[in-house]
Amino acid sequence: MTNVINYLSNAAVPGIIMLIIIYGLKEKNKVFDTFLVGAKEGIEIVFKMFPTLIGIFLAVGALRSSGLIDFIVDLMSPLVELLKMPSEVMPLALLRPISGSASMAVAVDIMKNYGVDTLIGLISSVIMGSTETTFYTIAIYTSCVGIKKTRGILLAALAADIAGMVASTIICRIMS
Amino acid sequence: MLNILWPVFIILSFIYAIISGKINEVNNGIFESVADAVELSITFLGTICLWNGIMEIAKNTTLMTKITKMLKPLINFLFPDLKNNEIAKQEVSMNIVANIMGLGNAATPLGLKAMKTMQKDNKKKDTLSNAMMMFIVLNTASIQLIPTNVIAIRASLGSANPTSIILPVWIATIIAAIVGIFFTKILIKRVK
Repeated sequence: MTNVINYLSNAAVPGIIMLIIIYGLKEKNKVFDTFLVGAKEGIEIVFKMFPTLIGIFLAVGALRSSGLIDFIVDLMSPLVELLKMPSEVMPLALLRPISGSASMAVAVDIMKNYGVDTLIGLISSVIMGSTETTFYTIAIYTSCVGIKKTRGILLAALAADIAGMVASTIICRIMS
Repeated sequence: MLNILWPVFIILSFIYAIISGKINEVNNGIFESVADAVELSITFLGTICLWNGIMEIAKNTTLMTKITKMLKPLINFLFPDLKNNEIAKQEVSMNIVANIMGLGNAATPLGLKAMKTMQKDNKKKDTLSNAMMMFIVLNTASIQLIPTNVIAIRASLGSANPTSIILPVWIATIIAAIVGIFFTKILIKRVK
């Protein structure tokens, strides 16, 4: 089963690229010229995004290296208890909306220390699989079109994240 | 939002570092982070150009219209404002499809493209439109069929059953998405 899923997920990307190109050929498009038009637009998107990325990474770097993030985790431990989330998972829950690479690193760290198939390991896995890097997603999606006023969308996205994390915790507790 | 959060995060971090004697770590940490951002951008440049090019090909075929048709009921419910904007609807659909299939590399460039298209019809250029809000929330909810990255990590850490998380991930994602959509609908009505 695992092998089949692995194969399918590996084949998905090449398969889709092939399918699209064959479709283009079938309908007699100049596929390479069309490709170039799109790729050129890609450069523009990355250039527009770059300053935001630097800004976000600066803040996340400061938060992590100063140890402030660990301090906040300690402060929030009562809340964690309320959510029935094991406190070991808390750094992950806090980092998850802010940084994809940092939260993935923390998740790996947690799973190494407490076991992959333990309750803590399972909750960490499900949180990683069911939530996104909210801050980052909002930042790049708004900055690429130069939007400043976001009408509180961060609140809705964070509410979704919290719901996802609480749900992850409850489901894993039921499962194990 | 980031105009407030960003300086607060940085200033608090610096103050905390001074108190806890970690100013040296911060000095190194911020430059490492900035270097990470550059590295990530270079990776992005490759994947985003690749997917933008491939999707440009797809856009010029009937494949897009077929997928859009399939997702039409969902899109019409979530994005009533995009009624007459076929291109935006197509790009939004493709982004959702890429997300569902776990093609993060493809979903982001498609999403940014959709944002660009929606911005053309946006009346207040510095403010998110209703459709953009819903679109962003869907993208922060991580709707995906197979969480490939996590499964790969679990397998590499020696899990007895790396794929056991698929069903819990589906349930958690759906709950998160419903909560996100619900709050966004409220924000759309209340915050102009």
